[in-house]
Amino acid sequence: MAWVVFITVSVLCIGSVAAMIISRNQAHNALFLVLAFASLGGLFGLLDAPFAAAVQVLVYAGAIMVLFLFAIMMFNLREPPPREKRTLRAVLTAALGIVLLAELALAAKRALAGSVSPGAPSEIAGLGRLLFTDYLYAFEITSLLILAALVGALALAGKKEGS
Amino acid sequence: MIPPLAFLLLAVLLFGLGVLAFFVKKDLLTQFMAVEIMLNAGNLAFLALAKAFGRAEGQALVLFVITVAAAEAVIGLAIIVLVFRQRRSIRTDELKDLKG
Amino acid sequence: MADAFWLIPLIPGASALVLLLFGSRMSRRGVSWQGPLAVLASFILSIAGFVRLAQAGPGASGLAKTLLPWIASGSFVTNFAFAFDRLSAVMALVVTGVGLLIHAYSVGYMAEDKAYARYFAFLNLFTFFMLVLVMASDIVLMFVGWEGVGLCSYLLIGFWFARPAAAKAGMKAFLVNRVGDAAFIIGLLFLLVTVGSSSFATINAAPAAGLIGPGLATLIAILLFVGATGKSAQIPLYVWLPDAMEGPTPVSALIHAATMVTAGVYMVSRLSGLFAASPAASAVVAWTGGLTAVYAATIALVQTDIKRVLAYSTISQIGYMFLGCGVGAYAAGMFHLVTHAFFKSLLFLAAGSVIHALGGEQDMRRMGGLKKHLPVTFPVFLVGALAIAGVPFLSGFFSKDTILAMDFAGHHYVLYGLGLAGAILTAFYMFRLVYLTFYGDPRLPETHAPIHESPRTMTVPLVILAVFSALAGFVGLPVLLGEKANLFERFFKGAFGQEVHHLAASTEALLILAATLAALAGIYLAFVFYRRSPSLPARSAARFPRLYRLLVGKYYVDEAYNAVIVRPLIRGAEEVYTHFDLKVVDGALNGSAAAARGAGKALNILQSGLLRDYALAFLLGVIIFLGVLLL
Repeated sequence: MAWVVFITVSVLCIGSVAAMIISRNQAHNALFLVLAFASLGGLFGLLDAPFAAAVQVLVYAGAIMVLFLFAIMMFNLREPPPREKRTLRAVLTAALGIVLLAELALAAKRALAGSVSPGAPSEIAGLGRLLFTDYLYAFEITSLLILAALVGALALAGKKEGS
Repeated sequence: MIPPLAFLLLAVLLFGLGVLAFFVKKDLLTQFMAVEIMLNAGNLAFLALAKAFGRAEGQALVLFVITVAAAEAVIGLAIIVLVFRQRRSIRTDELKDLKG
Repeated sequence: MADAFWLIPLIPGASALVLLLFGSRMSRRGVSWQGPLAVLASFILSIAGFVRLAQAGPGASGLAKTLLPWIASGSFVTNFAFAFDRLSAVMALVVTGVGLLIHAYSVGYMAEDKAYARYFAFLNLFTFFMLVLVMASDIVLMFVGWEGVGLCSYLLIGFWFARPAAAKAGMKAFLVNRVGDAAFIIGLLFLLVTVGSSSFATINAAPAAGLIGPGLATLIAILLFVGATGKSAQIPLYVWLPDAMEGPTPVSALIHAATMVTAGVYMVSRLSGLFAASPAASAVVAWTGGLTAVYAATIALVQTDIKRVLAYSTISQIGYMFLGCGVGAYAAGMFHLVTHAFFKSLLFLAAGSVIHALGGEQDMRRMGGLKKHLPVTFPVFLVGALAIAGVPFLSGFFSKDTILAMDFAGHHYVLYGLGLAGAILTAFYMFRLVYLTFYGDPRLPETHAPIHESPRTMTVPLVILAVFSALAGFVGLPVLLGEKANLFERFFKGAFGQEVHHLAASTEALLILAATLAALAGIYLAFVFYRRSPSLPARSAARFPRLYRLLVGKYYVDEAYNAVIVRPLIRGAEEVYTHFDLKVVDGALNGSAAAARGAGKALNILQSGLLRDYALAFLLGVIIFLGVLLL
């Protein structure tokens, strides 16, 4: 049963990403990405991380992609960029990409050495305890980080055009 | 149960797709979206490993990554807006100021 | 005071340094006092040292002092060390004494020159190097002085370097000397390798000690002598000396008459042990000297520049010195060195006085009748001329006669004949010079400025030198008058390890007579040619045109050297320049620059400015990084 869910959600995720790559309309790209993030949320849930899943949907699929859509609206690009011919650059990129994938796969295989399979499910309470004890500093600093991002964005893009 | 390796390989595939997207697309905004894909692939990997080793640190880290990604998206988009205002374009073929 | 003998070279050296660094900022008066005073100090110290040696009697070992350690390489050790023995004493006295007089003379002669301080700096520097040369206790330090005087000679010949002729003459002197020095260095290296030490005592004892076989001794001695032919202007490396007359006249007097050119004679005398061990090398020395004596005298017969005559005369007289040393009469050679220093520097300085009075005229064809205008210069010049001609009782007579007597005594009759012929020629060309310059009707252009005698700073040294030229001979009286009469010989008794041949009194008397007749004959012939029948020279030249042209052209030796050696060398250098220097060296340099530029252009392609390309590089980096981590 779990496998079925897994396969479906994964296919959905990969498929929407692939569609995002193929499509040349910016708005379509963004929407496909929303779908990808949502399916990722599902995958997070399969991994016994409900909190992460919730946050993913709320923040990523919800807030960040909305930002992107606003930006797309602002730029209002009509014509899609011209199709690029096959060049050395493309071949090189493809080759390097494949090498990267191979290396990462190998790394993944190795990373799992000495692991407990399958591991015990974790609890949210335990996560909360971690956040407020071992990782308290990181937690507080991220809130500062958000503040900084807020102020920064205002400072950067807050000026009126032509001033 | 689904083996964590499957999730890891999925994450790897997702990351590769993100890289591909980055190189295929020709405007800044979409390339930025590709970066987000790569980040998410990383998150997936973290959670898979957290499950595999039975530690909650992975989930904590994912939380932080998402937060930072959000902040980064804000600033990044602000910069793209500025670039657009300057150059009237966000097509990377046309933004060649780094040319040496 | 004699113990401070090691200061003798150093005082002029220090003065030279001061003048080089600060001379342009010092006052004229300051320089005029400092330069000569430094040499005076050395002269006084030399006298003190000499007195000490004379009192110690023959067989005294002399003073020695080591100043600083220098080379210690394996078993070869040498230090900066000075020695003051009899030979050094005589040389030091000549250098500082005559040098002092010339420094004083220069104050007047160079009074109007702009580079006054530089002149005295170089003159002091020369004195320093010459004294190092004669007071070195080993051959390597002597060579330092040898090279140093060569350098100063170049600097002083080319003193008026803005004049192309002077600059070329300086170069010629240096380069010709270099050829001689190359041979010298090879000989020196042989010496160091076989003997293992550079000290003179060891080297002179080496043949007897069996360290050097007769063949090797000959080789080394000849190589060293080739160096001497360069420094002392003998055949074949004499060609620089006539050109060196481009320098100021006091320089010609000091360097090219009294001191530097005698360095070769000093060297041969210093290494008498080595030369004595090789009869072949000694023969080379003697024959070179004898032939040069006659050869140079023939050229002097037809020269028209007053200084050129004196230059060739110097070459000829040094030939006499080598003639003496070559037959083993080192003391006789040294005696002639001393007397020659007196009368030749006198002649040069007096000629300088003439030139100075005439405002720069040096061509004898435009002189004449100067006797009444130069009341001091003329008599002293005459004394010098009589001395060099070998007129009895003046110094030159005694020294030349001793050399000729030694030749005869050693059964070197051909050499004796050469010497005698040279004596006749010497008297002739010398008095030719006197008659042309001082007697007869004046041949100066009418519009010439009035002629007056030179200032006292110039004439006083002249008079002093004239006195010495006249009287110095009396320290070397012929043995005819008794064993004790020859003070010079006695001073050097045993110094050279050579037995001196003795002649029967009657033979010696005959030789003296012959020498006197030769001198008088020469003077009389000059009188005939240049006073009684003034048209005779021109007619004789017309009778033997080819011979005359050969002599005027100095046997075309300069032209021969130029064609055979100089021009091919220059051509070769030009070839090397175009094919190697321009193409290879510059090519490599420009090539590396071009390569850098090319690499830059190639790498420039990577900097496209496109974000995508930079991301590609990034990706590559990540892959490599991961690869390293995984492997």
